[in-house]
Amino acid sequence: MTVGLVIVSHSAQLAAGVVELAAQMARDVVLAPAGGTDDGGIGTSLEKVMSAMGLADTGDGVVVLTDLGSAVMTAESALEFMGSPENMVLADAPLVEGAVAAAVAAQSGATLAVVQKAAETALDPGAAASAKAPGAAQAPGGSQAPCGGQPSDGGPAADKGAGAGHSTGAAVTAVLTLINPMGLHARPAAVLAGELGAMDVDIEINGADGQSVFLLMALGAGEGRELHVSASGPDAQRAVDLVRSKVEEGFGEL
Amino acid sequence: MSDTGTGQGLDAAWAVDWLLRSAAVVADNRVALSELDRAIGDGDHGENLDRGFSAIVAKLDEEEPATPGAAFKMAAMTLMSKVGGAAGPLYGTAFLRAATAVGDADALDPTLLVAALTAARDGVVARGKAEPGEKTMIDAWTPAVDAAAAAAAGGSPADVLLAAAEAAEAGAVATDPLIARKGRASYLGERAIGHRDPGAASSALILRAAADAAVSSGTAGAGA
Repeated sequence: MTVGLVIVSHSAQLAAGVVELAAQMARDVVLAPAGGTDDGGIGTSLEKVMSAMGLADTGDGVVVLTDLGSAVMTAESALEFMGSPENMVLADAPLVEGAVAAAVAAQSGATLAVVQKAAETALDPGAAASAKAPGAAQAPGGSQAPCGGQPSDGGPAADKGAGAGHSTGAAVTAVLTLINPMGLHARPAAVLAGELGAMDVDIEINGADGQSVFLLMALGAGEGRELHVSASGPDAQRAVDLVRSKVEEGFGEL
Repeated sequence: MSDTGTGQGLDAAWAVDWLLRSAAVVADNRVALSELDRAIGDGDHGENLDRGFSAIVAKLDEEEPATPGAAFKMAAMTLMSKVGGAAGPLYGTAFLRAATAVGDADALDPTLLVAALTAARDGVVARGKAEPGEKTMIDAWTPAVDAAAAAAAGGSPADVLLAAAEAAEAGAVATDPLIARKGRASYLGERAIGHRDPGAASSALILRAAADAAVSSGTAGAGA
């Protein structure tokens, strides 16, 4: 199974709507709405939240997303009532973007911590990415390989970087070109973020956190686009190798 | 009751009486509390609390809690499920933490009462992430806890709760000139000045109900 999600909202319709939206990208994920009061009014209900947590808990953990202030308090209270189970976490994330990002990550089989992070970095991908890498063309880690003009003639994923070159310090870098027609859309982003999320690595792809499905999606990288990958940490080599193999096989979409 | 005639412990009957008196005083002040809330919030505090405490009364009709802690826990669960607004998890957490603090004690002496009030206040602080002076419930609860602790040395349980109620009432009044920092009232900035915080006001009412119930039980005990 996968990590499950609970959507807590003051409005039953809003919770159901967020579930409907997120479910489109996550067929196998249990998405449990907990919206409105017990009598159908505007507000939140501890009983509804607790029963949704029970539904969403299929063994791999539960991430809870909320809308306004008292929904957060109700969700926190529900966790406290249940004895603060270790496999249930509250994501500090915007409801809609966070739910979609978390659902995509969960669908890819990501762990609880990665799904939570996916939700929490959904906040403002543009600002987060630009803060990290002013000018996405400038690859962090230095391996700014000359790419000879036409990145779009890609052919098979051309590794234009210096193999697994250790360019600066301990950073492992690579420059890869996307060859699948859809590029780095939701599913590949989820695959990468999911697998990278399980590694002990600090990895950026065109300045975006490689462990965040939403930030990867926000790159909007299509076919022929270069990916500047830079990783550090114990699993850096493994992480870059993974990205390379996934990109070279076109994420199985060729 | 006769063995509590000396005022050394408040039992489950007191806890039930407190909850019933709270329900009555919240119902009586339903419109007034919502009007306070209408001035600086979304205008539903009275209705929401009334719905929660009415549900508590209905549950007490079905079964009698055996200890004060059991009564607090039932109140916590009910308020969190029925109130709907922010007051649900805030009061619910207060009662839940109080229940944990008193455990399965049959009767609450001044020390346990202070522990319960302190745990309740700490729960509200943790859940609402507010500090004193931000025009919230905490501005009633914090002086109440301090006064209760001071009264516990040498005082009876009723003395502790009377001191708490009096301090909570003064604390609620003292929210009038404050600017709100939490909740929807925080969007109003200086326009919140001159309005009493509805949560502090309801906290004072509920703590007064606790004191009234204690005085009543003490009187009953002494008279028996």
